[in-house]
Amino acid sequence: MEIYLDNSATTRCFDEVAGLMTTIMCEDYGNPSSLHRKGMQAEQKIRYAKEVIAKNLKVNEKEIFFTSGGTESDNLAIRGCAYANCRAGKHLITTQIEHPAVLQTMKHLEEEGFRVTYLPVDEKGSIRLEDLQRAITGETILVSIMHTNNEIGSLQPIEQAGALIKKMNPRILFHVDAVQGYGKFRIYPKKMKIDLMSVSGHKIHGPKGIGFLYVDEKVKIKPIVFGGGQQNGLRSGTEAVPSIVGMAKAIEMIYHDLENEAERLYQLKEAFTEGAKRIEGVSLNGPAGRDGAPHIVSVSVSGVRSEVLLHALEDKGIYVSAGSACSSHKPQPSATLQAIGLSKDLLSSTIRFSFSVFTTREEIDYTLQVMCELIPMLRRYTRK
Amino acid sequence: MFTAFLIKYAEIGIKGKNRHLFEEALAKQIKYALKRCEGEFKVTRTQGRIYVDALSDFDYDETVENLKTVFGVSGICPVKYVEDEGFEKLSEEIVKYMDEVYPDKNITFKVNARRARKNYPKSSMEINADLGGVILDAFPEIRVDVHKPDVMLNVEIREKIYIYSEEIPGPGGMPVGSNGKAMLLLSGGIDSPVAGYMVAKRGVKIDAVYFHAPPYTSDRAKQKVVDLAKLVSRYTGPIYLHVINFTDIQLAIYEKCPHEELTIIMRRYMMKIAETIAKETECLGLITGESIGQVASQTIQSLAVTNEVCTLPVFRPLIGFDKMEIVDISEKIGTYETSILPYEDCCTIFVAKHPVTKPNLNVIKRHEKNLDGVIDELMQKALETDEVIIVSSEN
Repeated sequence: MEIYLDNSATTRCFDEVAGLMTTIMCEDYGNPSSLHRKGMQAEQKIRYAKEVIAKNLKVNEKEIFFTSGGTESDNLAIRGCAYANCRAGKHLITTQIEHPAVLQTMKHLEEEGFRVTYLPVDEKGSIRLEDLQRAITGETILVSIMHTNNEIGSLQPIEQAGALIKKMNPRILFHVDAVQGYGKFRIYPKKMKIDLMSVSGHKIHGPKGIGFLYVDEKVKIKPIVFGGGQQNGLRSGTEAVPSIVGMAKAIEMIYHDLENEAERLYQLKEAFTEGAKRIEGVSLNGPAGRDGAPHIVSVSVSGVRSEVLLHALEDKGIYVSAGSACSSHKPQPSATLQAIGLSKDLLSSTIRFSFSVFTTREEIDYTLQVMCELIPMLRRYTRK
Repeated sequence: MFTAFLIKYAEIGIKGKNRHLFEEALAKQIKYALKRCEGEFKVTRTQGRIYVDALSDFDYDETVENLKTVFGVSGICPVKYVEDEGFEKLSEEIVKYMDEVYPDKNITFKVNARRARKNYPKSSMEINADLGGVILDAFPEIRVDVHKPDVMLNVEIREKIYIYSEEIPGPGGMPVGSNGKAMLLLSGGIDSPVAGYMVAKRGVKIDAVYFHAPPYTSDRAKQKVVDLAKLVSRYTGPIYLHVINFTDIQLAIYEKCPHEELTIIMRRYMMKIAETIAKETECLGLITGESIGQVASQTIQSLAVTNEVCTLPVFRPLIGFDKMEIVDISEKIGTYETSILPYEDCCTIFVAKHPVTKPNLNVIKRHEKNLDGVIDELMQKALETDEVIIVSSEN
């Protein structure tokens, strides 16, 4: 049995998406920039994908730019805006719990002379609007806040933050990393005063290596890669037609029945958290139930190292994540878990379960049952 | 220009009647190394020499790099072949060779001719003198020095005429396979791959054993060890890597023995298991990467306690090396980058904060008695988990 509960790391591609992509790779393989019919056909495919996305976000098609994924979208948004607007000021604001794609980009800009404020979060992992208000100065040019935290599923007050920023200074740009929130919530940038928004394809059952950045047409932004001038010069490079179309297809499928699916996920989450709480020494991190994302549950298991529990679950066919998969390369404690004030001994005892449309109630029940058996046994053997 | 290599070897030459065995082993290892190279090659042994002939286009730098991994090779001489079309033609070729290989002519040289084909019209001495004259005429700056020349220009008259003057140093040592086989205790660290390399350098074929402890160690940690074995196998030839599941033994020690003795007792059982497999697979010794005093389990007292369980000799080629010296070798042989990947191995997962540094054998043995009744079965079960992975630089 294979139970995949690591959907915040990546998801299984929809069969329909994979099928569609194969056809495009083998038949409609033209370069959208080519002048002949084959190129034209490829361009039409991209146009269709943009229509799907633009309609979904209620924005203009011209405001969608395809990238290689969430990391590149975050880089393009933050660096592209910082460089284009640095005459207006050199102050940026973000949060302590962003994905490394944002945090490391900010660190890089600090080395280049920008000043960055990292907003703290409360114990549930959400920023306070007062902190944001206090942080904004006349020098501020960009605020970047994630929609949904990838480790604990906490949601940020995006709409209120957008309103606050624009009320204080309409010229400040607002970027949202929606990699974990998109596909779980309906997000309308114009309504929420979002100027730039990052999305990744493979977190929503699309292919890896593709994502997009929404850029409001009024935003001043510079490219960070240079080349043949595709996508209005903002992102050069031949468009990855199969992946772009695959991602659009995944978006259509995910949003087709979003509310019912979100409801189902919340019920799974509730069943899982109820069961997990009953196991001795298990505590939950981040917001409970509907205060958080429907698909992410962060659990600390006192006295059991997360890596050991992860491999023990793996042995039973259950795949989870220790902290955040993207940061599992370096054995450092997670910035998010530290920011919510998790005690030191629980930092390395935290596991993330993340669900998707493929997750079933049976899988949840089996996982709980396995955890009940494993945890007391693993706790017997710990480093003294 | 070069189409062949003359392979020089040092110690093999003195091995008397066994010499052909050493040469065969060397030729075999050279062929193994050449499989990694683009192009086709022929390896021939004639009159106490080994030649590598390129039969197709080949990548010179890549070929030399790979020949440098063959133990037993003391030098690699790139050779130019010339058809025997008279002395005039040979003179032209010699001038061309000197011009190409030594753009800077401010050097001294000496011609060293050998006639394997005795019917050649000139004697060795005559060839030396005549070719020397030709070179002096062609390049006025060049000088002859018969005692300490910068360049020793070798000219060998065989079916064809071989010209060579450069010698690229090889790794030395003895060809792998000429000195039996030993079992390497391979962890994911820096030391054990180097230890395997060092012993293989003396002609010993290497097999390896790795202890993994799921779920405490991960598949990535195991893959890392396979990767390390593969890097080492460039030098040692194919390695049979035995992967043993050690979890239950480790947990039993954890439960029943004093915590500060966990590592030392664990190492004793690892040695026992390694020795059992070694004996079954015709290995004549064990190899470890231990170095005196490096960690608690490698103090001289600890080494004595671990050593006590074995009857086979235990080779510890790094015993007198400092860590930095070991790191230098691991960088040279290309294992360092892999060794420092941060995956936990089974020696560190339960390690005590203050492990014993001067264990007493009698005390350790007394505490091991706590395992009586379970350990034999656990050992047997561990041996049954043996998964053999054949690791070779070819795959």
